[in-house]
Amino acid sequence: MKAPGGSPEEALTIAQLTNAAKEVLEGAFPPIWIKGEVSNFTAHRNGHWYFSLRDATAQLSCVVWSRDTKRIPAPPDEGMAVMAHGQLGVYAARGQMQFMVRAMEAEGEGLWRKAYEKTKAALEKDGLLDPSRKRALPRFPRRVAVITSPDGAALHDIISVIQRRNPGVEIIVIAAAVQGETAPDSLVAALDRLARWNDADVVIVGRGGGSREDLWAFNDERVARAIAASPIPTISAVGHEVDFTIADLVADFRAATPSAAAEAAVPVLDDIVAGIRGLGDSIRAAAELRVRDAGFTLRQISRDLGVRSLRSVERRRSRVQQLAARLETLSPLATLARGYAVALNEKGGALPSAAQFKPGMHFAMEMRDGRVHATADDVIVRPAAKPARKGAA
Amino acid sequence: MTFEENLERLEQIATSLVRDDLSLEQALTLFEEGIAKLKAASAELTKAEGRVAKLVEKADGVFETVDTDDRG
Repeated sequence: MKAPGGSPEEALTIAQLTNAAKEVLEGAFPPIWIKGEVSNFTAHRNGHWYFSLRDATAQLSCVVWSRDTKRIPAPPDEGMAVMAHGQLGVYAARGQMQFMVRAMEAEGEGLWRKAYEKTKAALEKDGLLDPSRKRALPRFPRRVAVITSPDGAALHDIISVIQRRNPGVEIIVIAAAVQGETAPDSLVAALDRLARWNDADVVIVGRGGGSREDLWAFNDERVARAIAASPIPTISAVGHEVDFTIADLVADFRAATPSAAAEAAVPVLDDIVAGIRGLGDSIRAAAELRVRDAGFTLRQISRDLGVRSLRSVERRRSRVQQLAARLETLSPLATLARGYAVALNEKGGALPSAAQFKPGMHFAMEMRDGRVHATADDVIVRPAAKPARKGAA
Repeated sequence: MTFEENLERLEQIATSLVRDDLSLEQALTLFEEGIAKLKAASAELTKAEGRVAKLVEKADGVFETVDTDDRG
């Protein structure tokens, strides 16, 4: 019996050969890391990435299936030096050797940096990184929401710091996956639940320290947008001091660690109590001062009033005296006292003019010390003196 | 009024009371309001019951908070 392909009669089909080659190649090479320079990169609309990896003398076709692209922070740039992990195989339709990439890294964290910058630029374009968007944290939160892994050290730290600072504050935990492929969706869902519930004063979103890959969900654009959309002020707390994520850029407050986030969120109860007591003291003191001032003013006014009324009595008295003196000089009694008399008709009216008399008329004479009744004997009226001409004094 | 609003009003009152352009009557009215706010805020502080709870969303979209025994 002849071997397959050993004679024209036993010729293999192309499919048979390439399938055999594929099996041989896959059997010979377990998943491995390879390195090279990226060229002819294409992100196809079906979601797969196609490119070549090459060096000075050789090149290899590579593909990243769309489901695997999610594990890679960003598509590589043309010419970028990368390390790719995957399986060597054969693409039968083209009769080509092909490397199926499952994971990729670039020199100097190039892909992470690129993805970070890309997300940052997208958020910046929508104004989500504008410093004026940052809201002040509530000064006296009563209910703090925490979005993190329910069994991480971060949650433990946050709870113990909050309870130490103010045991009266309520802590509402919204569990979320904080690493792995499900983390972005899980964080977005938690933020969305919190937004719909909308019954907390502030939210802490975060996790403890970890590798760059562990923290990557906090660089996810959707997570960043969900944080930006939060109706309540947000505090990001991702990893350690040195870890800076997109979530930190978009949150209202960036805490270096989960414990620091708890400190930022919750003021110390004793400080609040002292503050309230101080406010009470200061309004009491201010009110007392007011009342004392008012009392002082009142006494001042009553004193002034006393002085003023005393003065006005004196003024009136001296006025009365002046008037009395004037009255004295004008009084006919004074004239009579000097020895003059005034003639009065029967009704007591004064008769100052001779023309008012007729011979035989009865009248009275009012004297200093009594009255004399008399009868007119003769009446001589002097002709009136010519009135002085006006202007001639 | 929330605790925070009470305290903010209290701070406003404290600032207003030291101003000179208030009549005694206005000052006393403010003082009375301040004392009321002070009482409300202090009562609020003692009323607080700290707890750690989980937010749970039921199938019909209704939220509830369920206490956990996680005390930090």
